[in-house]
Amino acid sequence: MLELAARQSQLEQAASKLTGLVITIIVFAIIVSLAFYLAERTSERVQRLVKYLLFLAPALIFLFVGLIAPAIRTLYLSFRDARGDNFVGLENYIWAFTQPEILQILRNTGIWMLVAPIASTALGLTIAVLTDRMKRPGLVKSLIFMPMAISFVGAGIIWKFVYQFQPNDRVAEIGLLSQIAEWLGFVPTNWILTAPLNTFLLIVVFVWIQTGFAMVILSAAIKAIPEEILEASMLDGASGWKRFARVTVPMIRGTIIVVLSTITIGALKVFDIIRTMTGGNFKTSVIANEMYNQSFRALNYGTGSALAIILFLGVIPLVAYNVMHLRRERSER
Amino acid sequence: MAKAIKKGKVEAVKSHLSSPWASFVAILVAVLWTIPTFGLFVTSLRPQTGINSSGWWTVLTKPEFTLENYSRVLFEGRGATPPLSQYFVNTFAIVIPSTIIPITIAIFAAYAIAWFDFRGRNFIFFGIFALQVIPLQMSLIPLLQLFSGGLHIGSVTVIPSFGITGTFIPIWLAHTMFGLPLAIFLLHNFIAQLPRELMEAARVDGADYFKLFRQIVLPLSIPAIASFAIFQFLWVWNDLLVALTFGGGKRDIAPLMVRLAEMTGTRGGDWELLTAGAFVSILVPVGVFFALQRYFVRGLLAGSVKG
Repeated sequence: MLELAARQSQLEQAASKLTGLVITIIVFAIIVSLAFYLAERTSERVQRLVKYLLFLAPALIFLFVGLIAPAIRTLYLSFRDARGDNFVGLENYIWAFTQPEILQILRNTGIWMLVAPIASTALGLTIAVLTDRMKRPGLVKSLIFMPMAISFVGAGIIWKFVYQFQPNDRVAEIGLLSQIAEWLGFVPTNWILTAPLNTFLLIVVFVWIQTGFAMVILSAAIKAIPEEILEASMLDGASGWKRFARVTVPMIRGTIIVVLSTITIGALKVFDIIRTMTGGNFKTSVIANEMYNQSFRALNYGTGSALAIILFLGVIPLVAYNVMHLRRERSER
Repeated sequence: MAKAIKKGKVEAVKSHLSSPWASFVAILVAVLWTIPTFGLFVTSLRPQTGINSSGWWTVLTKPEFTLENYSRVLFEGRGATPPLSQYFVNTFAIVIPSTIIPITIAIFAAYAIAWFDFRGRNFIFFGIFALQVIPLQMSLIPLLQLFSGGLHIGSVTVIPSFGITGTFIPIWLAHTMFGLPLAIFLLHNFIAQLPRELMEAARVDGADYFKLFRQIVLPLSIPAIASFAIFQFLWVWNDLLVALTFGGGKRDIAPLMVRLAEMTGTRGGDWELLTAGAFVSILVPVGVFFALQRYFVRGLLAGSVKG
């Protein structure tokens, strides 16, 4: 009886949320249509101005309120104390670069930025080259690409189960990694607790997801290599490996760099995997995780903002490179 | 004819290049890539006692399956914690507006940047491109303060707080703001390539900028919109950080990912519930992914870096 009532109230809650959702969408549609209706009925001279108001202004306002102004405020907060009341100079930055725990976190982030992109790109490139030589690569590529659709949280759970360790000797291992170690004659350990191995085990999860991304982009680039060049190299008698090193890689160099930099940015900001798998414990924390802890657990906006700024400084070279790259590409067109 | 010969030659090169050895290794990698997910799926279908006493690979010799884990995790709440089905509804309530709103605003802006002649057009375009890469961590604290307390300069209230804390609205707005740079960039690349003759012909026929948008730009942009919609849908569905920050820890608006991350922390040993819950959360995005893979890949190739 009680259970029935509970289910009833659950259903009611769900229904009210979905009704709210439908109403929101209808209201949004009415606002947009009304704006269009009114704008189209103004005179041509007014329209010259109204068109910016309708088409461009909403995006610029959202970008300013949501990204630009907050970024400036974060910079400001990083020089102030926990509640943002007093100016403290560089104290938060000094804290970040002297505290042993934070130094550990910066080091971990460095390992992530170095290992994850190289591993993902190398694996992705290998698979792209292999599948390029298959008659029907569709299914293979889909399977390797599929983790891209899985959330970091979901992937974290999947791999946490792979790394599961059974401390009781009399009970069988249920984690695949422990079982494989046993089959190979090793004694499994509590993988997730073992630093620095655990950071690399978390990177494996990230690589598992990003390899598909690298593969798809690189595979498209390989397909775009003009076949004349491949034919010529074949007539020259270049072997498979030589063709790969002397023709394929140089031809897709630009794409490789784009893939590397994209994955580096992702690795720099990794948060969900850490949160789900270790919660940042056992010496696995990274900047994005600590930024969250400082800001929303310890409620120290000063140190939280300083960590956000450090994160931002990490992506600046990559942003600059990407913008320059885009500029060049556009001027070539 | 010439094309046919050329095609034949390409095929010849291709078949020369294709090797059974490469196929074998690629298939091996694909199998390896799928095993962890497969293990999760098998585990979610096993009875609790089986999961904790033997590895999932033993089902090959001793198959024993149940759907009980799913019914428990989906429909049985515990104390003040609602069952996972409620979080599933929340995820929907978050994802749909968080996809529709940024797309609408972005396609307007993309059209303006691509086809209106005004000074600073290039500056805005490169600015938006650069914004894509800026970590959203840069916005979290100020945006949260804005949503909960409004904006005040001295004692003057510039923007009131509207009392939206604890509703879905801050999460929708945050996802809209964070999704816009990529959306504008992708849609702009597409809209800018619409044929100039077509646009000019319509102008000569007396179509104003609004009619032009409704009758030509919007219908022709459907493939690009689809590409971005899939991105944003997957991104929002799979997001943890934004929901965690702007949901304020409220159970009645928290999405699946927030609940799952919480479960792995507090109930890390309940593998029967965790695996079933994780699989439920994976099902929708993977379904969308397989159904619309073509659009997804197209979006990726259009050049994307997500903040």
